[in-house]
Amino acid sequence: MISAPDVVAFTREEELEDDLYREPPLPEEYSVPLFPFSGQGANPWAKVAGSKFTRDFILISEFSEQVGPQPLLTIPDDAKVSGTFDLNYFSLRIMSVDYQASFVGHPPGSAYPKLNFVEDSKVVLGDSKEGAFAYVHHLTLYDLEARGFVRPFCMAYISADEHKIMQQFQELSTEFSKASECLKTGNRKAFANELEKKLKDLDYTRTVLHNETEQQKKANDKGYYTTQAIEKANELASVEKSIIEHQDLLRQIRSYPYRKLKDSEFHPYEPECALDRADVGSHDQDLTASEPGETHLYTHVPSYTPKLIKAKSAKCFDKKLKTLEELCDVYFFTQTLDQLHHIERTFRGDVCYLLTEQISRALLKQQSVTNFLFEEVSFLDEKPPEKQYRGCQGLGQDAMDEKCLEESLAPKVVISLGSYKSSVECVPIKMEQEMEDSEEPKMSESVMSEHQENLDYLDADIKGSISSGESIEVLGTEKSGSGLTKSESQASLPAMASPQAGRSKVGSRRTVSEDSIEVLSTCPSEALIPEDFKASYPSAINEEPYADDDEGGLRFTPRANPGVHDGQDDISKQESLVQVDAACCIGKESPNFLEPLAEQLGQRPCEEDGVVRIPPQPYRGPAEQGLRGGFPSHQGLSGGLLPYELDSRHLTGSREVSKSSLDECSDSTSHISSAASTCSDRTPSPAQPACAAGDRHRKRAGQNALRFIRQYPFAHPAIYSLLSGRTLVVLGEDEAMVKRLVTALSIFVPSCGGYTKPVKHWVTSALHLVDFQKWKLIGLQRAVSPAGVNVLHALSRYSRYLSILDADSKTLRCPLYKGSVVARLADHRTQIKRGSTYYMHVQSILTQLCSKAFLFTFCHHLHLPISEREPEESVVSRRMNFLKLQLGLANEDIKIVQYLAELLKLHYIQEPGQGGSPLLRFDYVPSFLYKI
Amino acid sequence: KSSVQTIGEEQIQNPYTELLVLKGHQDIVRFLVQIDDCRFASAGDDGIIFLWNAQTGEKLHELHGHTHKITAIAPFSSSDVAEEKTNLIITASADRTVIVWDCTSGRQVQKVSCFHSTVKCLTVLQRLNVWLSGGSDLCVWNQKLDLLCKTSHLSDAGISALVELPKNCVAAAVGKDLIIFRLSASNNGSEGWNILEVKRLVDHQDNISSLVSVNDLTFVTGSHIGELIVWDALDWTKQASECNFWDSSVHPDVQPEIKLSQSPHETSVQHLTSDEECVFAAVGKGIYVYNLQMKRVIACQRTAHDSSVLHIEKLPNRQLISCSEDGSVRIWELREKQQLPAEPVPTGFFNMWGFGRTNKQANQAAKKVQENTPVYFLELVGDLIGHSSAVQMFLYFGELGLATCSADHLIILWKDGERESSLRSLTLFKKLAQNGDLQLKL
Repeated sequence: MISAPDVVAFTREEELEDDLYREPPLPEEYSVPLFPFSGQGANPWAKVAGSKFTRDFILISEFSEQVGPQPLLTIPDDAKVSGTFDLNYFSLRIMSVDYQASFVGHPPGSAYPKLNFVEDSKVVLGDSKEGAFAYVHHLTLYDLEARGFVRPFCMAYISADEHKIMQQFQELSTEFSKASECLKTGNRKAFANELEKKLKDLDYTRTVLHNETEQQKKANDKGYYTTQAIEKANELASVEKSIIEHQDLLRQIRSYPYRKLKDSEFHPYEPECALDRADVGSHDQDLTASEPGETHLYTHVPSYTPKLIKAKSAKCFDKKLKTLEELCDVYFFTQTLDQLHHIERTFRGDVCYLLTEQISRALLKQQSVTNFLFEEVSFLDEKPPEKQYRGCQGLGQDAMDEKCLEESLAPKVVISLGSYKSSVECVPIKMEQEMEDSEEPKMSESVMSEHQENLDYLDADIKGSISSGESIEVLGTEKSGSGLTKSESQASLPAMASPQAGRSKVGSRRTVSEDSIEVLSTCPSEALIPEDFKASYPSAINEEPYADDDEGGLRFTPRANPGVHDGQDDISKQESLVQVDAACCIGKESPNFLEPLAEQLGQRPCEEDGVVRIPPQPYRGPAEQGLRGGFPSHQGLSGGLLPYELDSRHLTGSREVSKSSLDECSDSTSHISSAASTCSDRTPSPAQPACAAGDRHRKRAGQNALRFIRQYPFAHPAIYSLLSGRTLVVLGEDEAMVKRLVTALSIFVPSCGGYTKPVKHWVTSALHLVDFQKWKLIGLQRAVSPAGVNVLHALSRYSRYLSILDADSKTLRCPLYKGSVVARLADHRTQIKRGSTYYMHVQSILTQLCSKAFLFTFCHHLHLPISEREPEESVVSRRMNFLKLQLGLANEDIKIVQYLAELLKLHYIQEPGQGGSPLLRFDYVPSFLYKI
Repeated sequence: KSSVQTIGEEQIQNPYTELLVLKGHQDIVRFLVQIDDCRFASAGDDGIIFLWNAQTGEKLHELHGHTHKITAIAPFSSSDVAEEKTNLIITASADRTVIVWDCTSGRQVQKVSCFHSTVKCLTVLQRLNVWLSGGSDLCVWNQKLDLLCKTSHLSDAGISALVELPKNCVAAAVGKDLIIFRLSASNNGSEGWNILEVKRLVDHQDNISSLVSVNDLTFVTGSHIGELIVWDALDWTKQASECNFWDSSVHPDVQPEIKLSQSPHETSVQHLTSDEECVFAAVGKGIYVYNLQMKRVIACQRTAHDSSVLHIEKLPNRQLISCSEDGSVRIWELREKQQLPAEPVPTGFFNMWGFGRTNKQANQAAKKVQENTPVYFLELVGDLIGHSSAVQMFLYFGELGLATCSADHLIILWKDGERESSLRSLTLFKKLAQNGDLQLKL
């Protein structure tokens, strides 16, 4: 049941939006939904409800066949975190939403038990009573001794903030899928191991039985069989049947990775040590499974000695169930825990912060051509593993990050417990054959057929999950934002008929459900998203019209505007289009989700099947993807468009672009993410710690920089030196002071494309030419010793390559600066007080510079003649005109942009394998001495 | 007081605004030799030869084979009629071996180690398809490294320089003597050659330190005490000689203290180069331009560097580059100033041309002497500072830039920043086109 307060919250917010978001003060990419209760004058930092836990945590629960739902562990593993929160109760709640109680056993028409390789299910559920909202990830592990060979588990991310779960659903899903896949990989290994042993046991048993039967035959020369003999024969027969069954199971479990391998980019996760560990693990299992006396022998023996299996197995409740650790062996278990800890760290904190972070990260990542210049390495470094698997499919994580925004327009499905049974009942179960089907197209393994494959997978998944009783809603919502072609989707449509029926049933039934747990949509609810926001993020479905009309336009409009007028027309046209779309989408997906749910479902049959009608985009390499994110308009240059305009437009454009490509890949989200997680990139990426460290660094650097620009009147030429690539040497006796200055100035140093900023904090020996190639900012010790004289001599010798900031005598020797950019960058009368704020300010101006440099670099005619006969001089004059008039640069600012452009060129033409050649560029310009 | 001309940090005419440091050598780099349009080899005291791409600075090959320092290096393009032209280099080392290398594969083609002394100079006579090695004796080799003939032992000090002359002759500098050898086909073998001493010229008072061929008719020698002799290349007679041209008595403007401080070392002719008109001599710290027709020094820069000039080269554009032990490379321009004798010289005039005070003096002085002839002077148009130790040699690659090698183990490629920048743009747009990012779709 949806409790009243929740509903009120949604509606209230809807009203709020209208007033607040009519004119967004921020670039729309950065606008984050306002705190929903702010209208009531509530303290936005107060806890949403009386939640009983202090912060978000992850809970792993199991639906034990012996004791029912039980919590296994929490992350962080700290009693304080969960506080008075009733884990047992919540486990019961989340486990009761498990739709995927996988069907294993003898399906009709099949002789042997079949393993069901179900995809995990992902749902969001809220418990308003407990003040807890959770992303729940159900998964099934195999256990030979368990009922039906399966053990249902679930991992839940529990937060008091419903919005966080909603908005971060996609990210959570991706991350949890990794964890889940890690567990499952380990589990498959362990299960196969267990099966092998069981087979050996059975084989041995059969031999023994066979011998006994033979003996009996020999001993018994009467013409008839004794009951004993018949019993033995039966027993033998059953053992043989069991062997066949187990062999079949083993074949199935082993075939799984291969089946997956044919999927686009599946990397099975096979760590070296895993095998040994797996062995150890299985021995542990022996300990629990058989008499302790026997197992001692095996502990150190690599080969397995089979043992006799008794006809009657122990009673179900006598045996001890394997622990999670045993189920998926120690190595994988710890890996999973690492991943979960990583998740916990990543999603810690306020949702606004997370969102902003993700958005800017996503935007930044698109600018692969320029982002290396001033962004932190750690920021760019953490390549999401998806990128590799997705490879040709597009933007990877970037897209995923944005995904959350698009999700906002995905259909909302509200379902409740108890309904899933009905859907199970009405869906014909036929699994194996479909799985087989899905394999066939994979044989072709061509890039072109990838969509088709994914589709087939999707198909299989859905069918599979149906047969296993998995909630269709869950799947549907999960894949609803995905993009597949209409034409392709048609292939799958017929198969969708029955799920549809099932779903609408669910929809209609949910109102009668009495349960107090609300399973909300798996995507951020419509109501949470302000209208402007929506407008800027039309869902894939909604942008279909113009995606179809001019695909090129979708990709290039922002870049290629043959003039101001046309361009603006274009904008407005596009905007109106978007608005119309947004409007109709609002109409379609009105937040009154109580009533028209079934209707909604009925309206958009294919979308909910994870099929979106975006035409297939041609294959694009990742590099191109990056570039497309921001390609300048060639015509736009002549048209005198201001770079800012161009810029913002290119952002809007790229968003759409990324979306369209994102949609292409997101259809297979669940697949890819699960596949991805098995890959060797298991080490938890240090995203969060790095970011935290980065934050601290930024803050400190910003603070120091603020101090520097206030303290030194000649900060401008110093910063100009850094921006124009002239090495700045900070000379001083006191190491701490020099290092502080270097830290302060380091935020102005453009990177050269390497992995570290070209900053050397402290050097004590004489500098050489090579150092100026490598470092653009150097802290140098001034010493009185003879060595110190050498140091100074070297400085004067190479003075033409250097600017020298003497920290002791407070002088600066460097070229003159008369431009205006640095003045904006470092205004000593700035009102900015905080280091991190100043850092942001610097970043924004540097980003402007970057975009100018980008435009300058990638405008063909500025560097190369238009016709072959055109003299070099006219190209040069055109170039200078562009810099001065179009980019509005004056004097030395030109040199800054030229230097950045040179870095961009080097970065772009540099072959991926080799590092950039260490160039040293310099100018023959006179230096001046500045004093305080 | 030293009157080394300096140039400020503003060097408008200096095109070299980008540099690449090529690291690889572990000892002094003494030789740079051009292989073809875009490759060059470097060698030095570490006995290793490196092949470099002059455009990208990429290290192409690393040739190991010598155990001691390299004493001579010469490029050699083999021209078998049937085969394609292959680029070879011949290197001689203090380990008394000579190795022929294939520049394309970076492999050692052949090695000769039958020398009694270190080979100090190598000359390739492309026309005869033979090469000569000069140590304590002079040997003639064919391309397959067969010893064709050799002279008797000449001196322990050995041949210091070799130059090819017309009519199958070579001039070898042996101590103070200049010996002319003639190569003649022997009677008994098809590929046999004989080498005969034709003439011994003993005009120099001190050891000959440099030897350069100007054209088919002339060659020039310079000695340690600063004698410069111009020889006829056909009959080996002395055409002209200049023996005290550094002397201040010839040029009255020279300050007396320079004369006092002059030691033999500072008058040594370190290197000679020439174009059709002039011979450029690096003498001590100075550079002198000797006009062959006028038979006199027409311009000079007495203290062009802080220390000995080791190598000079004339560029096609009337520019001259010199490198010195002081670690700097300087670019000079030979300028001509036609002045009417009666016309007074406005003081602002020189300033406009960026003259230093020294130049002005020298110029005015020269004007006094030669009133009606064009006045030449060497103007410093740029200097390249990068090496931390003596710059041993440099190699001018035209558009591609300038490679300098030094005792600080480094080679620096100096490049025209503008040109490099536009080349990079070109590459960038090529790559864009390759990636298919360039098409505009509207």
